[in-house]
Amino acid sequence: MQSRASLLGGLALLVAAALAAPFLPDWMVSLATIAFANALVVLGLVVLWRVGLVSFGQALYYCIGAYAVALTGRWTGFTDALALVLLGGVGAGIVAASIGFLLARYREIFFAMLSLALSMILYGVLVKTESLGSTDGFSVATPTFFGYAPHGAQLSHWLYWLTLGVDAIAALLVGLYFRSVAGALAAPIRDNEIRVEFLGISVSGIIHTKVIIAGVLGGLGGALAAMSIGHVDPNMAYWTTSGGFVFVTVLAGSGYVAAAFVGSLAFEALRSFAVDVMPQLWQMTLGSVLLLTILFLPEGLGSLVSRLRQRRAVKP
Amino acid sequence: MLTASAILTDGLVYAAYLFIVAVGLTLIFGVMKILNVTHGSFYAFGAYGAATAVGIYTNGDWPAALGFLFMLGFAMAIGLVMGIILERGLLRLVYGKDEVVIVLVTYATFLILEDVIGLVWGTASYAAYQPMIAAGNIEIGDLVLSNYDIVLVVLAAVVAALAYWSLKFTRYGRLLTTVIYDRETAAAFGINVTLVYTVTFLIGAALGALGGAVMAPKISVTLGIGVEVIVLAFAVVAIGGMGSIEGALVGALIVGICRAAAVHLVPQIELFVIYGVMALVLVARPYGLFVRAQPRKI
Repeated sequence: MQSRASLLGGLALLVAAALAAPFLPDWMVSLATIAFANALVVLGLVVLWRVGLVSFGQALYYCIGAYAVALTGRWTGFTDALALVLLGGVGAGIVAASIGFLLARYREIFFAMLSLALSMILYGVLVKTESLGSTDGFSVATPTFFGYAPHGAQLSHWLYWLTLGVDAIAALLVGLYFRSVAGALAAPIRDNEIRVEFLGISVSGIIHTKVIIAGVLGGLGGALAAMSIGHVDPNMAYWTTSGGFVFVTVLAGSGYVAAAFVGSLAFEALRSFAVDVMPQLWQMTLGSVLLLTILFLPEGLGSLVSRLRQRRAVKP
Repeated sequence: MLTASAILTDGLVYAAYLFIVAVGLTLIFGVMKILNVTHGSFYAFGAYGAATAVGIYTNGDWPAALGFLFMLGFAMAIGLVMGIILERGLLRLVYGKDEVVIVLVTYATFLILEDVIGLVWGTASYAAYQPMIAAGNIEIGDLVLSNYDIVLVVLAAVVAALAYWSLKFTRYGRLLTTVIYDRETAAAFGINVTLVYTVTFLIGAALGALGGAVMAPKISVTLGIGVEVIVLAFAVVAIGGMGSIEGALVGALIVGICRAAAVHLVPQIELFVIYGVMALVLVARPYGLFVRAQPRKI
């Protein structure tokens, strides 16, 4: 019952968000597109966070997804948006699958550090590649939708709808995964991995799967963001980009799939507000919010909902 | 031949600087199990403090040699003040939380302090090259070396020797080693673990600021220098093994020489090589060169 109610609620929100696009100002639509694209990366981090792993290198997949889109457009002239997004996801997924053999052996800080190192390798390579614009990056060809080539406001609406669609499918699948056996084992693994192994379950296999899921989601997010921004550069792989995603993950918490989207939207709104009003205090705002969240709301914004529910359940 | 000796000297100088920064990071991790992202801020504050100190000093008419000491002292004092505020004011509240959560706490603090730098020193960049000029150059064969670089290497060696000696042969060092091995047993034996934590964090913070101070004359002190140095120090510490002083030394030498070799031979892979080496070492030895794998506890 619970899940059907949340499914219907999610669907209603999705339709409302999609219908709202033509009535919103342009800047708001593009802000929401970026926020919902980044939310996919955050969703991947949430998948890892549930087993207690934090990746300080998720920007690796984000950057791979973005560059996959940009390079395909540049080399082949192929611009179909949906195919490119899938390509970004698959490309990042393949990379995640191969380095997953390595990453799945690590826990805690070592996991965070190794993923950080891997993303910095990509950054180092991109910065020194003159043919790809070095630190400046290069621009992404305007995407098309099954042969239809919208411009201006139309284009941003289509990208927004595409992002919403990918988000909805991703949220649904991740939600299903959380309820599967492998997903449900996250908390036991976090508490005591050895006992889970004694039950005859391969913990590193499960963590490998999670690394791949997070990688694919990161690639999808990067691909959508690249098309929406219209430009890619090596900073997409830098560790501060990963830090931003981790920030939203902590803010959102790991309890709900929807929290990733709400958290990401809140983050982008906060950023555009802070950069406008007090650009020199932006990082301070970010740091303070992060600190306050960890100290007073350790389960993230999502826990506000569950607290509310508990309180309601206690009442007769 | 000239390239080989240039690689060696450049690598050594770079390693010296990396070691001074990384040793504070590894010390804090070894004792407190905190991966301290704020170390980048200590470095940045040290560099800015040194630049300010050089500015004050060159206005007066004092001997140049003392200026170097004044610069280091000033920067380390800043580090100590920041260290005590952070440890007593914030970290004390989160001891006992997940290691990863504490990393996030230090990351948040790092973000806040990045903007504090902008507020205190403004967005303009500072130059503090006077000590470097005052030190002059020395010629050995075809090689021209800055005396300042030699001082830097000597300083790193002194820090390494001091760290080794105080850990092995002083009362405080012995207590520290006990806490590193087992915090709870140490507390049960009557060691004041809280005090050990505070002192360790202060030493680490002062070393981070020292790293910034010695580098200030060699670089342009500008916003964002902490961001770069923190990932470099991570790489050094991860290669050597987190919490190991010898590890930090060897890690700094490896990274320093690899980077110098890359800069002289194939400049395109300068950044790549550091993290490539780190990834390679971690593949072979997941916990770094100088740390043994821990048995898993149920």
